Amino acid sequence: MSDERQAHDAAAAAARRSYGRLVAYLSARTRDVAGAEDALSEAFAAALADWPKSGVPRNPEAWLLAAARRRSIDAARRRRTAAEASGHVQLLAEEIAAMAEESAPIPDERLSLMFACAHPAIEASIRAPLILQTILGFDAATIASAFLVSPAAMGQRLARAKAKIRLAGIPFRTPEREAMAERLDAVLAAIYAAFAEGWSDPAGAEAKRRNLAEEAIWLGRLVAELLPNEAEALGLLALMLYSDARRPARRDKDGEFVPLGEQDPRLWEAGLIGEAEDLLRRAHQLGVIGRYQLEAAVQSAHVARRLGRGVDWPAIVALYDALCGLTGSPVAAINRAVALAETQGVVSGLAALDAISSDARLAEYQPYWAARADLLARTGDRAAAQEAYDQAIGLEADPAVRRFLQRRRAAL
Amino acid sequence: MQYLLLIHTSEAGFAAIPKDQLEQALGAYTAYTEALRKAGALVNSNRLQPVAAATTVRVANGKTQVLNGPYAETKEQLGGYYLIEAPDLDAAISWAARCPGASHGAVEIRPVWAM
Repeated sequence: MSDERQAHDAAAAAARRSYGRLVAYLSARTRDVAGAEDALSEAFAAALADWPKSGVPRNPEAWLLAAARRRSIDAARRRRTAAEASGHVQLLAEEIAAMAEESAPIPDERLSLMFACAHPAIEASIRAPLILQTILGFDAATIASAFLVSPAAMGQRLARAKAKIRLAGIPFRTPEREAMAERLDAVLAAIYAAFAEGWSDPAGAEAKRRNLAEEAIWLGRLVAELLPNEAEALGLLALMLYSDARRPARRDKDGEFVPLGEQDPRLWEAGLIGEAEDLLRRAHQLGVIGRYQLEAAVQSAHVARRLGRGVDWPAIVALYDALCGLTGSPVAAINRAVALAETQGVVSGLAALDAISSDARLAEYQPYWAARADLLARTGDRAAAQEAYDQAIGLEADPAVRRFLQRRRAAL
Repeated sequence: MQYLLLIHTSEAGFAAIPKDQLEQALGAYTAYTEALRKAGALVNSNRLQPVAAATTVRVANGKTQVLNGPYAETKEQLGGYYLIEAPDLDAAISWAARCPGASHGAVEIRPVWAM
């Protein structure tokens, strides 16, 4: 392997391993995330120029940090008015002094950075993209394609959010006890949003999207590791692992959609399920219930089928009862109705769907119409079922799911 | 950092407060100001006269236009401000939440442009 190639690979490896750690550490005190990213990208460019000549340093991460710091100081001097620059440079100089004994590992500020990105003063829809960019180093174009917006718009929104962090003085800090639940919820919601974006492409046809689900799990692992006593952090990781475990079973060999109830449990990844079960047990022992644990528990009840037991529908109804009470989410109400059809019969399930049908949000929500169509078909109301299938088919974006619904409709 | 807390409340609502409760309402502001002062966070503060006393000025093509009334007609009006010193936005939010105006209106937090 050529020196250049080796240097490039070493820089790339250091980037993957430590990008978020370096961004978080560099911006923790100045709150200047964009500045830290710029300095770091210059540092990586410098590494690619220097390492092929002088060899890969013993501690690439420390080298990158030192190079990025020098560039931050230069940039601060160039950019700012004299008075502001002196304060900024002093902060950086203090950091350098504090880190003079460079053998110490770089403090992990990633969690603090995530809390800054998911701060209530940051618009909710940009929190997940912001975390993906600052912690994982995704570029705006990649994030934009995953969230189905134009790269220019995504770049602009990310830049605006970073400016807000700096100008409004949003702190890099793990919240105090009393604010923790609410603030952690925003971080978890952002991670789950990233996971859901990746999950919406179950076949993994688009590599970028599948990658997003994996990266969200990586973030979930990081938060669960850094906050091992937060039940919901464990719950979210469990939920994502249960879902991911079923990925190989969600499509048949022809790429057609396979609904959960018809999936072959032998295709589920037992290792991931086992890890999820452990996490859920640990979360439960902490004694604080929450939506992610409840949703993970539903998944647990579904995958019990792999042990040759039937699906525990009464448990699922009870879990959705709790979820509905906790979140008031119409999505939970739909799933509850579906579960109710299994325990009390199709008529009860339909009645439960009717009870929420006035919610305007459901008119454009595919799973509502798909659930309705299925239950109506089971009552034998062919005309009404056809109508509901038409709605569901019209609202579905995934071609494989659309074909599945069309087959169901044709079979009426 | 310095933050300006802009208090937006309904003038009509404030005017409708019965006399015996008015003292209590104003007392809450006095106590809040005192708390800020004691914490060393208070830079400056003022209550503003109602928007009926406002005058808005624009200069267009060299001509000065003077209009009676506030810049924008809104349901709630800017009724006063606190300029405070706080280490970060969370500290500013915590002060804003304790401002009496946050309970009967809204408090907008604006970081001051550092020169």
